[in-house]
Amino acid sequence: MPIEVNGKSFETDEEGYLANINDWEPGVAEVMSKEDDLELTDEHWDIINYLREYYEEYQIAPAVRVLTKAVGKKFGKDKGNSKYLYGLFPYGPAKQACRYAGLPKPTGCV
Amino acid sequence: MAKADFEVPVLKQYPEIPEIEPGVMAHSSPFKSKEEFQAPLGYPGTLVDDWQEKAIDKMGELLGRYRGLRVYLDSCVKCGSCTDKCHYYLGTHDPKNMPVGRQDLMRKVYRRYFTLAGKYFPKLVGAEDFTEEVLNDWYSYFHQCSQCRRCSVFCPYGIDTAEISMAAREIMDHIGVGQKYCNEIIGKVYKIGNNLGLPGPALEDTLEGLEEDVYDDTGVEVKYPLDQEGAEILLITPSADFFAEPHVDGLIGYGKVFHEAGVSWTLSSHASEAANFGMFIGSYENMRRVALRIREAAIKLGVKRIVFGECGHAWRVAYSFLNTLAGPWDFLDQRYPIPQHICEFTYDLIQQGKLRFDKSQNDDMVLTYHDSCNVSRASRMGDRPGGQFDIPRAIIRATCNNFYDMDEDTIRDRTFCCGGGGGLLTDDLMEIRVKGAQPRVEALNNVMQEKGVTHMAAICAICKSQFTKVLPYYGMDMDQIVSVHQLVSNALILTGQNTDEDEEEVADEAA
Repeated sequence: MPIEVNGKSFETDEEGYLANINDWEPGVAEVMSKEDDLELTDEHWDIINYLREYYEEYQIAPAVRVLTKAVGKKFGKDKGNSKYLYGLFPYGPAKQACRYAGLPKPTGCV
Repeated sequence: MAKADFEVPVLKQYPEIPEIEPGVMAHSSPFKSKEEFQAPLGYPGTLVDDWQEKAIDKMGELLGRYRGLRVYLDSCVKCGSCTDKCHYYLGTHDPKNMPVGRQDLMRKVYRRYFTLAGKYFPKLVGAEDFTEEVLNDWYSYFHQCSQCRRCSVFCPYGIDTAEISMAAREIMDHIGVGQKYCNEIIGKVYKIGNNLGLPGPALEDTLEGLEEDVYDDTGVEVKYPLDQEGAEILLITPSADFFAEPHVDGLIGYGKVFHEAGVSWTLSSHASEAANFGMFIGSYENMRRVALRIREAAIKLGVKRIVFGECGHAWRVAYSFLNTLAGPWDFLDQRYPIPQHICEFTYDLIQQGKLRFDKSQNDDMVLTYHDSCNVSRASRMGDRPGGQFDIPRAIIRATCNNFYDMDEDTIRDRTFCCGGGGGLLTDDLMEIRVKGAQPRVEALNNVMQEKGVTHMAAICAICKSQFTKVLPYYGMDMDQIVSVHQLVSNALILTGQNTDEDEEEVADEAA
């Protein structure tokens, strides 16, 4: 089921993840979050941008601990924990934030 | 947490055997695998034209290959003993989730094509053609079985529904009806080395981060080495241990134990996965291919021992099948178990008095222990019967002051599955996962009420992820599930470690 962003159509898989990460543009995250009734703030964007940077370097989403540590370093220690991330992304940082960022879904026993 | 679009079961004080509600879970069916995920495993991408004939041929082949399968299909006497033993039946009330109901989905097809009575008088013996409707039922209900084998404990004939559900999945894969979750993941192991698809550099980055964290925390340089040739021990652990919480806290614990033991060890980027989903889909060939990566890594790195981390079904594959799948292991040190479980390793050190613990570090928790199905019913630990139950508990007791077991009917070899095993740990099966968790969560809830238990420890990556996701549906917290080696990590006093008093001094000086 493709999603419509600024008049363009983007292919997604059954679970709503973007089929091709290179298609991504910020509007994708906006449209996806609107469907979840979630308003994206600067804090959300910090995470989304970090995920994309990490993916570009390592071809995988960061481990939860890598993510919380990086967030803690960049934005203050009080934010470097899973609770903060789940507060932003209630469906889980790995699954919800990755989807908004256009990353593939982490698979496996997670 | 996601909002539930289904009814979450209500927890009761005593287990109730529910009235049957036929067909209530017929809609539950995981995403189908596509060509791109089927091909690397050697399966057709979509349903083949002559699927019925091919499926029957495959069934015939499996019946010849696995004597047990034929015995299980022949020997059921419909005594009813298994009917209330499956967590998926208890949680969903769907009679096709009774073990006998699930077995009958295959049994009726078996009788039709492989027994004399079924060939000539199908209606008299409950034999049925393998129609598309039956195939749909197979796909749905054989993906509502976590292959936990609890039913087989209670069956007077020992019929193992897991074997039947594995065979069903193998047959379906051969006609092009595969499950996306399992098959995509197996492909990632072939391509990258683990279920998550973590490439070497990401592993390295993650492990370096752990070294920093442990150093900051303790002042001790504990190493988490990757691809270190000549190391004594190769650690094979589920890739979730690198990625998810609370899994990673367990991995930190393994590293600390190896450090204190003074042995050299390494992880491998080639075999960076303990899990072996080849077992879930009943494919000997794929299970073997995944297992051979461990052999390749062990030879290349020149290790002398193999130790497995906290992963339930991996330990079944390792303990029960590794020798025939990927042996002989004559190049390893024969003085140690091949392979060895991390719990055996830690337990031995505790027995020898080589580890010092400050149990009070876990005083913020009151623990219980969840026996994972594959460890409990398909393997063993140590050199005594029941070691797989006693050793993890002994580790918890050595590292924690507060521990209570759940009800006897729900632990040890009668343990209830977490609800997410056997290839069901995927979001598209959330309803069956939540409902299937009910019996376990009910027993947990009871010890929380009666004994003040706050946390449940486990030694399986699937169990840990499953509880993280499903506990919130029952009003509990995701972080109530912990790794056994997380408890070890908390309590272990490393040689030369900063104590709390040191930290206070540092804080005083800084002030």
